[in-house]
Amino acid sequence: MNAFYLALAYLRFHWLRSVILVLVAALILAVPLISQTLLDGARSTLTDRAEATPLVLGNRGSELDLVMNTLYFSDDSGEAITMAATEEIWDAALGIPIPINTAFETNDARIVGTSLDYFDFRDLEIAEGRNLAILGEALIGSEVSQRLGIGPGDTIVSAPQNLFDLDGVYPLELNIVGVFAPTGTADDEAVFVDIATTWVIAGIGHGHDGVFATDADTEEIVASAAIVEFNRITEENIDSFHFHGDPDTYPVTGLIIVPDDDRAGTILRGRYLDAANPLQIDVPSDVVGRLVERIFRIKSLLDAVTVIVGLAAAAAIGLAIFLSYRLRAREMQTAFKIGARRSMVLRLLLSETAILLVFAGLISTAIVIAVQSQGATIIAWLLAA
Amino acid sequence: MIEIRDLSFAYPSGEFRLSIPKLDLTKGERVAVVGPSGTGKTTLLNLIAGITVPQAGSITVADTAVTTLGDAARRVFRAREIGFVFQDFALLDYLTARENILYPFRIAAGAPLDANGRGQAERLAASCGLEGKLHRRPGNLSQGEQQRVALCRALVRQPKLILADEATGNLDPENKTAILDLMFSRTEEAGATLLAVTHDHDLLPRFDRVIDFAAFREGVAP
Repeated sequence: MNAFYLALAYLRFHWLRSVILVLVAALILAVPLISQTLLDGARSTLTDRAEATPLVLGNRGSELDLVMNTLYFSDDSGEAITMAATEEIWDAALGIPIPINTAFETNDARIVGTSLDYFDFRDLEIAEGRNLAILGEALIGSEVSQRLGIGPGDTIVSAPQNLFDLDGVYPLELNIVGVFAPTGTADDEAVFVDIATTWVIAGIGHGHDGVFATDADTEEIVASAAIVEFNRITEENIDSFHFHGDPDTYPVTGLIIVPDDDRAGTILRGRYLDAANPLQIDVPSDVVGRLVERIFRIKSLLDAVTVIVGLAAAAAIGLAIFLSYRLRAREMQTAFKIGARRSMVLRLLLSETAILLVFAGLISTAIVIAVQSQGATIIAWLLAA
Repeated sequence: MIEIRDLSFAYPSGEFRLSIPKLDLTKGERVAVVGPSGTGKTTLLNLIAGITVPQAGSITVADTAVTTLGDAARRVFRAREIGFVFQDFALLDYLTARENILYPFRIAAGAPLDANGRGQAERLAASCGLEGKLHRRPGNLSQGEQQRVALCRALVRQPKLILADEATGNLDPENKTAILDLMFSRTEEAGATLLAVTHDHDLLPRFDRVIDFAAFREGVAP
């Protein structure tokens, strides 16, 4: 008890040195645990979602970019394909295509344009509000709702694509009608809209006033100089919204395909094997499996680096404690002359080390718990980045 | 109180050799040890305290044959019977004055810290003029105050023998006198014997006896 008391008094007096030692020791303890926690979480998140997604279709190119974009809404969307690809899948009658358009974002959240099939496919439950009904409505993920403090009744504005392009895509104010229950996946970080709403954001569809037909026979349209495009879709102006061009040419960044059965999936894959076909179909579980394998190969290297850094830091801490005892040689000599027991010096050393390690352990535990509690968010963010 | 007979000590690596055929100190006696540097004055204190062990001869302190004790027993003996006062005070910078005075209870064998120990520390501190300063750390005390704290630490376990090694060496004349007054009065009050190494010849008349250490180099009893 006396050794503990003296050790505590010493550490408290030299508080800066003690704090540095505690923090270094805490990090040595926490870093491997955090990396293990995040990697395990990332692996299961990647694997679970990939295994739940039978096939994805997109432009020929990086299979990883396609999977990461279609499943985790990452930035790497690549070149868009068209709705004609969706029609091809429908025509083949071998499965259900679910279009995904991740071309836009808002408040650091991806706007995901899709069909209602997506919500059934992912088993997404609406915790608050209702499902999408009309153009311009949005259902938001739980993390987006929490982070931005918004919910049904609020609005959210899509980010402009280019601030300096006055002729470009204008932001659209989306009406939030519901919030999904948390899933611990990338869906929590997304803002879901109908696929057609993303086309409005893209400028393919729009609504405006000040336009009237002058000749019903020729369908000539005349717009007044005061034409105003609507940047929010409401019950009052929804009828003025219309789309231009061939619907088959409207863009999507990828498709999720839910084949009717294994045989249908194999047939579909076979149809897109030809390298001359500008489209490709990938099996997410295979792509993610290879990615995970690579990550864990890197992780073993990271583990080795962590061990080496940990040993070096532990040696530095040991050296700091040893040097501190060398500096306290006079104190030890005084203690010896006064009649200190031989074990007292050892107990002082052990008490100081134990106190430092206990505090380091508490801090590292707190760090690990904090990371674990936010693990799903961190992993979703890491995967979406 | 102290009986030294045919004492012979030499450091293994050096040419230094200390021989004391006979030296006696009576209980309550206040004895000064003087002599040139390197003549073994501090070594004598260490031998009496059982910190170092002589090659030959015997040392008896308060009826305890120190030279026959093992290492652990010598530590217990030292903690119980001897109080040390050092030239550089040897206070711990991370403890308050009060905690420094109580330090022997915390690290030494034989007497755990209790209410009596705390009471003794408070009384000693008050008698040494340290009231109101016991919460301060050594860095916030004057040198004279630091040596008073060191003196209280030496006396707190009520030892029978006080060994002072140049205890006034770092002090100004005013504090020298004050500390010596305190050392004398407190040791007398405790009925303890005082053996003080000093270079300060002005203080020698105040001691009961002065041992000139140069004589021991030739193995002659003073």
